[in-house]
Amino acid sequence: MYINPMKNGLKKFTEAITEKILLFSSGITTLTVILIVIFLFKEGMGLFSSPDIEEGYVLAVNQENPINQLTPEESMEVFDSKITSWKELGGKEEDILVFRLSDVTNYADETSLGDEFQFLPHVLDSIITVNPGIIAFIPQQYIDSTFTGKILNNGHITAESFFDGKYWYPTASPSPLFGLLPLISGTLWISLFAILIALPFGLAVAIYMAELANQRTRKIIKPIIELLAGIPSVVYGFFGLVVLVPLVQKVFNLPVGESGLVGSIILAIMALPTIITVAEDAIRTTPRSMREASLALGANHWQTIYKVVLPYSMSGITAAAVLGIGRAIGETMAVLMVSGNAAIIPSSLLEPMRTIPATIAAELGEAPVGGIHYKALFLLGCILFILTLIISISVELINTRKKA
Amino acid sequence: MKKMICMIAILTLLGGMANAQKIKGSDTVLPLAQTQAESYAKKHPKANITVTGGGSGVGISALMDGTTDIAMTSRKMKFDEKLKLKEAGKPVTETLIAYDALAVVVHPSNKISKLTREQLEAIFTGKITNWKEVGGDDMKIVVYSRETSSGTYEFFKESILKNKNYVSSALSMPATGAIIQSVGQTKGAIGYVGLAYLCPEVKAISISYDQGKNYIAPSFETAKNQSYPVIRPLFFYTTKGTPASANDFIDYVLSETGQKQVKEIGYIPVK
Repeated sequence: MYINPMKNGLKKFTEAITEKILLFSSGITTLTVILIVIFLFKEGMGLFSSPDIEEGYVLAVNQENPINQLTPEESMEVFDSKITSWKELGGKEEDILVFRLSDVTNYADETSLGDEFQFLPHVLDSIITVNPGIIAFIPQQYIDSTFTGKILNNGHITAESFFDGKYWYPTASPSPLFGLLPLISGTLWISLFAILIALPFGLAVAIYMAELANQRTRKIIKPIIELLAGIPSVVYGFFGLVVLVPLVQKVFNLPVGESGLVGSIILAIMALPTIITVAEDAIRTTPRSMREASLALGANHWQTIYKVVLPYSMSGITAAAVLGIGRAIGETMAVLMVSGNAAIIPSSLLEPMRTIPATIAAELGEAPVGGIHYKALFLLGCILFILTLIISISVELINTRKKA
Repeated sequence: MKKMICMIAILTLLGGMANAQKIKGSDTVLPLAQTQAESYAKKHPKANITVTGGGSGVGISALMDGTTDIAMTSRKMKFDEKLKLKEAGKPVTETLIAYDALAVVVHPSNKISKLTREQLEAIFTGKITNWKEVGGDDMKIVVYSRETSSGTYEFFKESILKNKNYVSSALSMPATGAIIQSVGQTKGAIGYVGLAYLCPEVKAISISYDQGKNYIAPSFETAKNQSYPVIRPLFFYTTKGTPASANDFIDYVLSETGQKQVKEIGYIPVK
């Protein structure tokens, strides 16, 4: 056969170009992923060197006060009037007087502050001097060299206070509290129960579609299930809020319907398409020879399914479950709408819970860029990333075992 | 020919610039400013107003570094913000454009119809957890709040909680509509919404700020005559460098048609 050398050359040329384009796009994709991860961790890790009091502010007390430092929890309780005497903090028997800068007009009229507020440091100083039980939360710039009160030492946010913290009060002043425990426990509870609900259903549908359904039924069911994956998550959330929340509230006779359970149910529905598709593919890959061998030995159809087909495709089914968990952990909007979002460590599934993705979605919009709240949210993103990374690695491991 | 086109382009650009006004700030005022800007633009086709949200604090810092002409806020400028602007040599002018009132709502079947501010504070900070402690049925109180990013969250915290923190078990909802929906279907619920959102699915309660002497029910009238206590002013702040055209827009907002729109959107007009 005659081959036109020109045509051949052109073909080689286009092939080389295509190869370069493919190489380039995979390179770009990898680079983007790596850059995103680096960005995430760079922003998130900044949290641990931040001071635990609002930037630019100090807590000042009367000079007679023996207290030198307050933990963020203590200062929050003081400013919430839960601690009302210095004695509870190890100080003197004296009532605590809470003072914020905006309270200054209750102590002095605006004229005594000067037209340019130049006397403000002096006024603050005298307020702190005459009130022995005062604790003042004021900007650092109004503390001048003649200041006679005592400025409390401030600490830094530690890894321990983040990973072991039980309270999430990101906008509390003077000291915001960033505790991971309520959020991570909410995320894990909801995802775990979602998968417990979704797995039996998903598996049942997968077995039915792969083994029992005839061609026609399968052609109807399959697109419907795939359609489930295409419904926007906010629609699921809305459905959950209007239908499932009152239902769960009535069935379990709860004071409040928004709970981890509703979140789990919604997530289970959302994870179903993934689980069904992956599990069905795994079941279908069981070699025909194995089925036939089983049937030839006298096993009936049902025995073949659970003695031969299911054990053979077990690793594929596990991968389906793990991928389903991955979907559930990262889901944001639907959970944000139905789970109640109370940042408490849950003791049962019927309580409101707050998940990590919901927290990031709800709070990032208003967190000042580069501030401490912003960094804390990025750190939450890192935690979520590590969780899903563990999940992807386990899928990978399961798949390798399958091949071996 | 090309030169002409260039000239025209530059002129229109300049003309546009001269009339361009930037308004930035509170998300509460955002829908109001947007509607006003649209109807203002209909009357003044040359005007080019951009309205962006971001929060009251964002608006004020934009005013400080000159990236906006008008800062819209859902609270009075804080003492330290005023200080900063003064230090930057930019004295501000404050214009009150409307009021926004918050109503505290409960489930319609709830016996309670009035509470004092102190009781509300105790409920929202978690000191009172059962309705019987305030004279209602023996029923757990379910506290609904907004997300921390919302201006309503901050205003309620300042006005009712006196800057204390919400109880950590409070359910935080992403939108006012979600609060209405949830309070309407939860017997022991309590939450707060803007006055404009009140509807038959929830019951608004009367509030007393004087230890129970006078209870005032939230309504358009009580908000307008300032007797209802949970009310916040909405402001436009301008500074020395603000162009005259911006002031023209503010005059429009304060005009009769402007204030009529304020009422239509659900806020309380100042006049």
